[in-house]
Amino acid sequence: MLDALEILFTATFWAAAIRIASPLIFATLGELICERAGVLNLGIEGIMTAGAFAGWFAVWSGADLWTGVLVAALAGAAFGLLHGFLTVPLGLSQHVTGIGITLLASSLTYFTYRVALPKVSSPPKIEAFQPVAIPVLSDIPVLGPALFNQTPLTYLAFVMAGLVGWLLYRTPAGLALRAVGENPAAVEAQGISVTAVRMGAVMAGSALMAIGGAFLTMSAFNSFFFEMVNGRGWIAIALVVFGSWRPGKALLGAILFAAFDAYQLRLQQVAGGLVPYQVFLMMPYILSILALILVARRATYPKALMIPYQKGER
Amino acid sequence: MRLEPRPRPTVLHTLGYPAGAIAVTVVFASMLVLIAGANPFSVFWLVIKGAAGSQFAFMETLTRATPLIFTGLAVAVAFRARLWNIGAEAQLYIGAVMTVVLGTGAVALPAVALIPLIMVAAMLAGALLLLGPAVLKIRFGVDEVVTTLLLNFIVLLFVSMLLEGVLKDPTGLGWPQTKKVIDAAELPRLVKGRRLHWGFVLAIASAVVTWVIMKKTALGYEMRAVGHNPEAARFAGIPVNRVLMKTALLSGGLAALAGFSEVAGLKGNLTLDLSPGFGYTGIVVAMLAMLNPLGVVLSAVFVAGIFVGADAMSRSAGVPSYIAQVMVAAALLTMVAAIMLSRFRIRWR
Repeated sequence: MLDALEILFTATFWAAAIRIASPLIFATLGELICERAGVLNLGIEGIMTAGAFAGWFAVWSGADLWTGVLVAALAGAAFGLLHGFLTVPLGLSQHVTGIGITLLASSLTYFTYRVALPKVSSPPKIEAFQPVAIPVLSDIPVLGPALFNQTPLTYLAFVMAGLVGWLLYRTPAGLALRAVGENPAAVEAQGISVTAVRMGAVMAGSALMAIGGAFLTMSAFNSFFFEMVNGRGWIAIALVVFGSWRPGKALLGAILFAAFDAYQLRLQQVAGGLVPYQVFLMMPYILSILALILVARRATYPKALMIPYQKGER
Repeated sequence: MRLEPRPRPTVLHTLGYPAGAIAVTVVFASMLVLIAGANPFSVFWLVIKGAAGSQFAFMETLTRATPLIFTGLAVAVAFRARLWNIGAEAQLYIGAVMTVVLGTGAVALPAVALIPLIMVAAMLAGALLLLGPAVLKIRFGVDEVVTTLLLNFIVLLFVSMLLEGVLKDPTGLGWPQTKKVIDAAELPRLVKGRRLHWGFVLAIASAVVTWVIMKKTALGYEMRAVGHNPEAARFAGIPVNRVLMKTALLSGGLAALAGFSEVAGLKGNLTLDLSPGFGYTGIVVAMLAMLNPLGVVLSAVFVAGIFVGADAMSRSAGVPSYIAQVMVAAALLTMVAAIMLSRFRIRWR
């Protein structure tokens, strides 16, 4: 029993939690941007898969790591453009289109993977991002190794959380983005195109999701394999609700969630023989559902979420 | 730009746009085939031949269509009432679990009693599995898209646990699989020496029953009303929440039959790879059929043909069979866009 509690005070535990949180932070921020603009993006799972592959493939073909991140982001933005085009000007069902994008992005990824590497049984590894210790800060006990000895992509995730918060609440573009998710007609009255803002938001959000996927191949597992996103996109959608559509809360939610996940992974080693391992693997998904039930009653959705906007209509 | 309803959609619109959607899908797939270094014409010919080029091939297509009809119906029913059931995959597996629980010898009954018993049990399990998210939606306002999606992962892990635990076949050489169902629980083959089984007939019958429920009963009317506009339906005195729960029970039950029919008709036992995403593909099947239960049969055969044909093509032409999934996803997106454009026109200004 003591073992189970002591885990919580070790640096390696918190370092793992932050590592697990990183792709979720990118993905949650990406989904948050889309939803704040009024567009549900169920393409997230497929877009993360595409990002994971695109980044890894670029590096494997000789590009440097940051170019790989850029390639992943562009791949994400391209699927975002498609999702945006179908749901914003055409006003198609965001549920159906999103699922379609997930099916298209993941199958296209697997197809490309098989064409590019026809006969590999174990996927090749790349030289991925390595942890960079930040001088002085990384010497703080427990907190230092956990927060300040991570890979550059993890740092980028935290920077992004701040940046998205700043953009949303401190800039005119952020104001416009939030407004098209609440009251698009009022935005149009200001002479700003609702279509343009929503399309931009979906593309930017999808790019972030793809970087979240790329984290898996470029900063965690170092190679690409099938089904590797494994529901992280759907968990991110739950985290957006849990974080009540605010970047700061979403960041905390992702870390909290990852801490639970890291904890159950360690508990599995301590109490492995007693309970089937599948029970532990179920935890993240069960936790997401519980989190949704917890907050759902007082969740305040962006008012125009999932409502297509037609110019001149009230 | 904005969309305007077409006052009188002509035949050109209602047929031209869907035809255009298929053309776009084929051109897109051809580009991928070219990238893979093969000739699109010969590849598509191989796909068609593999799907319908012989009696054997076409029966394989119908065999593959069987679970897709069930999951397609499940999605069509749910989406009609705007209950976003993305969890047909999980409901399928629960139906399969019930089939092996009751069908591997635990209950000794003649086939005429055992098969209906298993079907009812499987449908109940699938129905209850979707009732959970439906109740969470109604009582707490929890989005059913996310809960049904997450349940897919939970149920698959649960099945994996059963396969390595209580349901594991002791004579299975350590493989995570169940015992085979007994003869009385087996759905017989339709034609000797072919894999097509009575599950296909059951699927067609389910489609007809579902069509009758949707078009000819009060429940079907209420489901459509709720799907069209829940506020107006509530105002008109329709018990929206009760309708949503009934929809969930029906949808979950239909999806569970896919699992039953795959185990009792085709595989004989339950393994973790029973369904290569039949639940998700059911969404495409339902959308291509424009949520019409009878249309689901046709679109399931069409989608199954692409999968079966692509498998055959992949073996001889070397283009990865994932091309089938790409085509199906592209067909979904282009078709929903085409249906929209056949009813509305774009005004650029």
